[in-house]
Amino acid sequence: MELKEKLISSFMAFEEQIDIHSALHDVRTSAIKNFESKGFPTKKEEAWKYTSLNAILKNDYSVFPKQENIIEFAEVKKYFLHEIDTHKVIFVDGKFSSFLSATTHDGLDVCLMSSALNKPKYKMVIDEYFNKIASKEESLTTLNTAFANEGAYVNIPKSKVVEKPIEIIYFSTGKEDALMVQPRNLVVVGENAHVQIIERHQSLNENPVLTNSVTEIFAQKRAIVDYYKIQNDLQSANLIDNTYISQKQESRVSVHTFSFGGNITRNNLNFYHFGERIDSTLKGITIIGDKQHVDHYTLVHHATPNCESHQNYKTILADSATGVFNGKIYVEKEAQKTDAFQQNNNILLGDKATINAKPQLEIFADDVKCSHGCTIGQLDETAMFYMQQRGIPKKEAKALLMYAFSNEVIESIKIPELKKRITKIIAMKLGVNLGFDL
Amino acid sequence: MLSIKNLHASVEDKEILKGINLEVKAGEVHAIMGPNGAGKSTLSSIIAGNENYEVTEGEILLEGEDISELAPEERAHKGVFLSFQYPVEIPGVSVTNFMKTAINESRKANGKEEMPANEMLKLIREKSELLEIDRKFLSRSLNEGFSGGEKKRNEIFQMAMLEPKLAILDETDSGLDIDALRIVANGVNKLKSENNAVLVITHYQRLLDYIIPDFVHVLMDGKIVKSGGKELALELEERGYDWIKQEQEA
Repeated sequence: MELKEKLISSFMAFEEQIDIHSALHDVRTSAIKNFESKGFPTKKEEAWKYTSLNAILKNDYSVFPKQENIIEFAEVKKYFLHEIDTHKVIFVDGKFSSFLSATTHDGLDVCLMSSALNKPKYKMVIDEYFNKIASKEESLTTLNTAFANEGAYVNIPKSKVVEKPIEIIYFSTGKEDALMVQPRNLVVVGENAHVQIIERHQSLNENPVLTNSVTEIFAQKRAIVDYYKIQNDLQSANLIDNTYISQKQESRVSVHTFSFGGNITRNNLNFYHFGERIDSTLKGITIIGDKQHVDHYTLVHHATPNCESHQNYKTILADSATGVFNGKIYVEKEAQKTDAFQQNNNILLGDKATINAKPQLEIFADDVKCSHGCTIGQLDETAMFYMQQRGIPKKEAKALLMYAFSNEVIESIKIPELKKRITKIIAMKLGVNLGFDL
Repeated sequence: MLSIKNLHASVEDKEILKGINLEVKAGEVHAIMGPNGAGKSTLSSIIAGNENYEVTEGEILLEGEDISELAPEERAHKGVFLSFQYPVEIPGVSVTNFMKTAINESRKANGKEEMPANEMLKLIREKSELLEIDRKFLSRSLNEGFSGGEKKRNEIFQMAMLEPKLAILDETDSGLDIDALRIVANGVNKLKSENNAVLVITHYQRLLDYIIPDFVHVLMDGKIVKSGGKELALELEERGYDWIKQEQEA
């Protein structure tokens, strides 16, 4: 059976298994109908022109987690930011792992989507926020909505500055031959509150995994949210990340996406503005090789005056890797004095590596500052010669140059331990030990 | 130290060096002067191993060993240093870390252990004082946002750290004010010894007031057309290069 049919026919069983009388029944039903009529996106659609899902949809995925699989902390410690204390919401094969998690209700909620969806005390929040910013049209998002049940639920009350970062990690053990998981995260950050979140999807063996994740983030007035996505997965892992962010006035939200591995990775990152003097930051470093594929599809929707958005994406492609950057900035007529900036720099190391870069600016206001810059090149030969002349061999010189290239984005990581970790992963990707931390 | 024999080199099939002969002994300072486009920078790049140029004929011997087929880093490990006319900016890599990497790579290539951290710090302190470089400067990203003078001073600082056998200074005086020029020249003079040699590539005589050459060579149209003592530099300053051209044609 094709995956689409399998999912649609599983829907009723899924709803029975959870609670068919739930208030979300209607939301789920219309979502599955939307998916049924649209199906999985194909390259015929403009938004998916450069990314084909055909090959990965052929696997016979289990669409429900069958059993609880237990993993030892020691096995997966390296995927945690274990140098510091963090709140943790951890899932194994789509199921919550209380053993690996460290949730809290003490002054803030860092817990499970399933309990938020089912317990009466969260009803008001769910009614106000759940599926309110996520697309009701985009087929993969609605597929996730139809099956939305588990994921991380984060609610930070007004004026709360959360000291510890929150880690949200989805592990796949590979105990199923092929597994599809659809995590659903909801993050609500109150007025003047501040939170840092790290999200990661990690396979532990080579059985194929398809993750179709949806995250909704609501930043209230003057809230500050720093969100980091670490994508350094195995060659067998595929990730479609759909993130929707709603910002109220004077809020500042940044999303950093580090794409270092996986088979096919698609990041749909959408920012929507509802108030003035909002600041949105979208940054990414992509370093991939082999036949890996990473597609960044960003949207910043400027609907209100005096807001800023900053995008900076760096990509290094080796071997036959392919990269896509499609950055859309939409400025509505009312959004005067918008300051929108987009920068996308790409280095192709492999003769067979490909980058498709497409800035898309749609501006309907007349008093705005919008700019974009895109470069595609090889490593600077003069710089290589300079470093080699100082005795640094070609491989190390290359690595240093690539660091230098990604440095602007690395520098803006606000958690020092995470910055170190990312630097280390980059050094590993580049196959060098530089003997110092950059 | 350095012996260049009948060196021909070209870039994209255009011949730039047309038979250079040059002997530099240990303990000597040689200056190579000449008009723009004569091939001065090409010569320094080729000695250092820039792969954009193709050596079509001749050889480059360093202490008797032909280095013309070696990679730039291998030449560096054997003691060749080139101070760049336009040093490259490397964001995110501090001067100190860059130097640590460079020194330890060189030591590794020469079969030595990495330099212990305290020794490295001592060396950095000593050499930065020599070049009158502020400590804060060393933690900045290499060459990023440096002024022209800072870049050149940093080049000579690196030279002091690496202690090369053959130092080539390519237009090191360009972009330097008189104070910076004095500091840079003073640094070079202090590093000079009986065991190393300096090749100064320059368009103007100015730097040679501070770094006194033993020999001056005039490079024109890819060849050394005239050699002499330090007084030749003064004559070139006064009379320009045309008279040599005429001498050549006569």
